Amino acid sequence: MTETTITEKKKEKPIKWREMAFEERPVLAAGHRLCAGCAAPLVVKFTMMATEDPSICVSSTGCLEVSTTIYPYTAWQTPWVHCAFENAAAVASGIEAGLKALMRKNKIPKRKTNVIAFSGDGGTYDIGVQALSGALERGHNLTYVCYDNSAYENTGIQRSGATPYGAATTTSPGGKVIPGKPEFPKDIVKIAAAHDVQYVATVNVAYPKDFIKKIRKALASDDASFIHAFSPCPLGWRADSSLTIRIAELAVETCMYPLYEVDCGEYRLTKMIKKENKVPVEEFLKTQGRFRHLFKPKRRDDIINDTQKWVDWKWQQLLRLCGVKEE
Amino acid sequence: MGEIVGMTGDESIAHAVKLCDPDVIAAYPITPQTIMVERLADFVYDGELDSEFIPVESEHSAMSCCYGSSIAGARVFTASASQGIALMFEILFIVSNARLPVVMGVANRALSAPINIHAGLEDQLVCRDTGWISIFCHDCQSAYDTTIMAFKIAEDKEVSLPLMYGIDAFIISHALEGVETLEKREVEDFLPPRDPLYVLDPDDPISVGSLALQDSYYELKYAQEQVMINSMKTIKKVQEEFGELTGRYYNVINTYYAEDADVILVTQGAITGTARTVVDRYRRQGKKLGLAQVHVYRPFPEKELRDALKGAKVAATIDRSITFGAPGPILYSDVKVTTSNGGPIIQGFIAGLGGRDVRIEDIAKVADRAFETAKTGEEPSKISWVGVRGVEF
Repeated sequence: MTETTITEKKKEKPIKWREMAFEERPVLAAGHRLCAGCAAPLVVKFTMMATEDPSICVSSTGCLEVSTTIYPYTAWQTPWVHCAFENAAAVASGIEAGLKALMRKNKIPKRKTNVIAFSGDGGTYDIGVQALSGALERGHNLTYVCYDNSAYENTGIQRSGATPYGAATTTSPGGKVIPGKPEFPKDIVKIAAAHDVQYVATVNVAYPKDFIKKIRKALASDDASFIHAFSPCPLGWRADSSLTIRIAELAVETCMYPLYEVDCGEYRLTKMIKKENKVPVEEFLKTQGRFRHLFKPKRRDDIINDTQKWVDWKWQQLLRLCGVKEE
Repeated sequence: MGEIVGMTGDESIAHAVKLCDPDVIAAYPITPQTIMVERLADFVYDGELDSEFIPVESEHSAMSCCYGSSIAGARVFTASASQGIALMFEILFIVSNARLPVVMGVANRALSAPINIHAGLEDQLVCRDTGWISIFCHDCQSAYDTTIMAFKIAEDKEVSLPLMYGIDAFIISHALEGVETLEKREVEDFLPPRDPLYVLDPDDPISVGSLALQDSYYELKYAQEQVMINSMKTIKKVQEEFGELTGRYYNVINTYYAEDADVILVTQGAITGTARTVVDRYRRQGKKLGLAQVHVYRPFPEKELRDALKGAKVAATIDRSITFGAPGPILYSDVKVTTSNGGPIIQGFIAGLGGRDVRIEDIAKVADRAFETAKTGEEPSKISWVGVRGVEF
């Protein structure tokens, strides 16, 4: 129970891009092997740009891990640990507890050290959800960032609990009878928020200022924080790699992936999309080949309309939680 | 030297862990390991032990937390059994490859199915390929002593490997015995603070857990195996030092009347104690029976075992484990390979699965069968199951 929200506690520092661009921040070195247009390195970059103290990073198995640390090379300019697929939250818990004990017992110098875990949607929504829940419930002082590219992209684009309805993946193909994934994705943000941790938020690489502000809040919390980062994958989504940021914008403008935070139980929209500006979800779907079967050879109005209805329903739910009235 | 205190196997481990002052304990409850964790929780919650106690949501996370804490530089303890070890199996390999001296107490329990909570060593034996040092204790005192030696062996910079050590479910874990304890000061002198092989220093960053493909994985595994083989030296050194401190000398193979024996029983865990009683009885009758307890199981003490068995005609292995469809059970196979270039006939026995009582008369039957083999000199063609109902022994 906290009476003051993180937003009230944490004095907001202005984000000065020009200065930040020249600051030496330990981020990913150039030359990592992630695909052109992949948003995952941007997720790492914006997260690390928000840090003010030294950080230890953890990755679960996935694209980010395999592409940044091919032995004997590493792109990480900060201590980095990988263990397995489903346990980034548990490994981060262990690091946090270890540092805490060692500092308390004066075995290492006392200094604030961020523990930040990066994991994809597979490692978060599906196989890692138990470890995540445990870490959130125990309230370790760590920040868990899920970069959601909405499928098991690293193993070859298989569907996950985060894959959108109707999307074609290699295990939910746009078939003749079943046109893509028949299920809607699970709401991992609400699941995280249901643990009553101090800070949970969604971020998006097309909104870097909002992104950095939220990571700063997450790091300021002395509880476990959960961040959902929308992270386009040109390869898996069959999208042009130059469109990553545009697709990320559309995700917010269509209200499919809204930007909000849950700060000590209070839901707050951080990017309001007015009714008249709300882009039809079809515009988002059209940018990506994973939805191509919904438009060609025959238009699947049923799937497109159901997606729109679902987005509208989720958006209204969120507005109610945030206490926002749509005129 | 401390006093003699009545403790169960689980309690003796918890009390010894307390003396070793771990920084982090991450564990999930499973029968019959629970008392280890409960006592440690008591110590932490009563302020007697300054550790971070992580009450994880699964054994998988227990081992994952241990991985993280150990990388952070902490002294780490966990405990588990049976299904718990099966669940953390994946992470065991990763912890050893990262050279992390995590210490794990195991209450050796039969694996499901059918579900059973009683003794079986297969939970720890199947970890033989994980790269962990593996030790089997035979009573509460050895559980207590092994705990203290475990941290020193595992954390030795030449070793820096994880270590698991087991006590038979209930037979030791819940049996009350007198345990000669050590003073806090004695353990502090014996066990230096952990000096990690590497640290996560933001000023000097390293990456741990990289992707290593065809060009490097092979060499890395070779290097890991060298560390495991070399750890035997440290294990013996620590056993020697512990003997000097306490007068209780342990060996990687503990022998009993083995020197002139015609038949040697090869055991692990709690069965060892019963087997000693059988040896005593047979010796009183003038029969040359001896015992070799495989105390340290990984790295496997090949030379020491060969030395122990060299004068015998038959070595009878008693496995409290099963591996299906294999040429023989796990301990038997290791003993057989170790002596394949000469040595006694190896006769394999399985006994006591799922905590079935292994009585003095059962082990006497094993000894009698082995003496028959010694007489005929004929290698037996099959593994015998001791006391399994409906099957002729």
